[in-house]
Amino acid sequence: MYRYDEFDHTLVRERVDQFRGQVARRLSGELSEEEFRPLRLMNGLYLQLHAYMLRVAIPYGTLSGRQMHKLADIARRFDRGYGHFTTRQNIQYNWPKLSDIPDLLTELASVEMHAIQTSGNVIRNTTADPYAGAANDELEDPRIYAELIRQWSTLHPEFSFLPRKFKIAVTGAPHDRAAIRFHDIGLQMRQNSAGERGFEVVVGGGQGRTPVIAQTLRAFLPKRDLLTYLEAILRVYNMLGRRDNIYKARIKILVQSTGIEKFTELVEREFGEIKGGALALPDDEIARISAYFAPPAYELLSEDDADYLAARRTDREFDTWCRINLKPHKQLGYAIADISLKRSGGIPGDATADQMDIMAELATRYSFDELRITYKQNVVLPHVRQADLLAVWKEIDAAGLATANVELASDIIACPGLDYCNLANARSIPVAQRISTALTNSGRLEEIGPLRLNISGCINACGHHHAAEIGLLGVDRKGKEFYQITLGGNPEDNAAIGQVIGPSFSYEAITGAVETVLDTYLANRQDGERFGETWGRIGPRPFKEALYGTA
Amino acid sequence: MVLLKQDGIAADSWTRIDDDAEIAPGNTGVTQPIISLTRWKRDRDTLLALNGEIGIVLGSDESPALIADDIHRFGVICLDFPKFTDGRGYSYARLLRSRYNYTSEIRAIGNVLRDQALFMRRCGIDALEIMDGRSTDGWRQAFAEFSIRYQPAEDTPTIKIAKPGQAHYLNSEVVGCWAY
Repeated sequence: MYRYDEFDHTLVRERVDQFRGQVARRLSGELSEEEFRPLRLMNGLYLQLHAYMLRVAIPYGTLSGRQMHKLADIARRFDRGYGHFTTRQNIQYNWPKLSDIPDLLTELASVEMHAIQTSGNVIRNTTADPYAGAANDELEDPRIYAELIRQWSTLHPEFSFLPRKFKIAVTGAPHDRAAIRFHDIGLQMRQNSAGERGFEVVVGGGQGRTPVIAQTLRAFLPKRDLLTYLEAILRVYNMLGRRDNIYKARIKILVQSTGIEKFTELVEREFGEIKGGALALPDDEIARISAYFAPPAYELLSEDDADYLAARRTDREFDTWCRINLKPHKQLGYAIADISLKRSGGIPGDATADQMDIMAELATRYSFDELRITYKQNVVLPHVRQADLLAVWKEIDAAGLATANVELASDIIACPGLDYCNLANARSIPVAQRISTALTNSGRLEEIGPLRLNISGCINACGHHHAAEIGLLGVDRKGKEFYQITLGGNPEDNAAIGQVIGPSFSYEAITGAVETVLDTYLANRQDGERFGETWGRIGPRPFKEALYGTA
Repeated sequence: MVLLKQDGIAADSWTRIDDDAEIAPGNTGVTQPIISLTRWKRDRDTLLALNGEIGIVLGSDESPALIADDIHRFGVICLDFPKFTDGRGYSYARLLRSRYNYTSEIRAIGNVLRDQALFMRRCGIDALEIMDGRSTDGWRQAFAEFSIRYQPAEDTPTIKIAKPGQAHYLNSEVVGCWAY
């Protein structure tokens, strides 16, 4: 895992000092709220409905046991005993006091953490495949490159007042688990015919009120040119992106207005000017960062663990959890274990301080001191020996964390919604709670199979509803909460945007409507089809008829 | 207005003039006028014939590419930041320095705030015009709030390459170093 050196420590300490000064100037009235706003936003501090909200960066979703313990400690001391893991692999605290923030940041800095660039019109925390370094299909660990991007983009003097926020995602595997085509820039490692590795660069993806799938800007970019090329894209965007309308300021709108050919030409021309310059990545710098992500000291195991297999045969609940929540690890005898933060009736992504401590402890004991946060708002123990899985499962089960539903329909992504957010039109959390309860009680989750169901409380789409097979969007209809259903979205390979199926449903009716959609899917599904495939084959009509009757 | 440079508050020998104000040495007493891009386009030949020093203001939607052929004729180029959130000027400054090799003064004008000062300097802006009524205290501190740099820019055009595994280090000779 990446460890801060003196350089990183210095920067974070200086940032805390700077922000302490800014808070003092705000509290004394020297800074107006308008002037303070972009400064606090560059430190992840939002003003929400009821209180300030602080968003803490978890670079590419990787953290150590010690760091997770600190997040728990902060939840107890500065919040109300819990935290909320987000779709950007970060954590949010919903109830800190402004005057406490500098001390909170000092606590974070003690474990190499911060809130730099988790908000504001800057390059945000770079996200990555949550199974990086463990997945059995990856070419290289994408965190090496995410870390290089983190360093390059941190307090970038030219790109700290962009037209709008800017999100970059990286994957090192052919199967996209980072939703790269829904980011401003997505990077997917590729190998060319000469056997060299580089990146496919996609640009202009995003959600919000104008959902767009990113388009390919470069089919193959040598690793050496990665940061130079990113600088060229950002410079073109910084100069040409719209600044007159916040809703048209993302890079996706610029790419749409120029067209991908013209945009490519602009970027390539700028890249041509700076190629091979100070940002070219020498092999030894890539090697230096790679060393931080060297594989842990796995035990060399020659076969699957016999006791683990026996336990799966005798304990049905354990077997179910293993079947649903484990992913194959590249190292024989190990597994990637997802810990679901989506218990039936729970708040998606929330964890209590005690739960964080337990996950931290398990990581230290059983997963080489590593944890991951997924954009689907779950936690991962990336490297667990099969022989330890039963012990891990027993402990998380006792902590209410053994929900066996990863990637199933109750593994819902939801934004904080009207319970917290001053942008929301409708609540997301109670809808997620009602749907997960209903689906769990129906006993059909496994029968339905893998299915992405996401909920956003407003058109800003923080709950990724566009990218869901079943997406729910909260809308305000004459002062009442209603929910529009979109169907057929897909966040990852074959990325797609969901299509609105018809008029929205009331808060009371939406759970039943979701069940109707699922019934229709099951009634029409052919062998092995995922929802998106059935949808692609039969189209909207059967769903419309089931939801609205034949008109 | 207060003009802030590397060494602190500086005297300003330049004068911004309206598009219709007369420029003729001896007539107005303005020997170092700063004009708009509009005026430059309109009166370029007349202005050049005066054979005096001249400065220009670029609005945040006016790229240095628009004056690419004339850049070295200007003794000062002012970049306007109409709102502090409008960050186009940072890219313009970098282009002026590294693309057009402009070496004279680049001045930030408009909504220039202390908290942007370091970013501006790193992009090659070497003079800041501070709005009236704003304290000039703390600006020097703002330049020093971060001692390190993660990326090359106009203040740190080259990178220092360390051996793999070698820790980053600070060196007073190097204003900053990138990722090393």
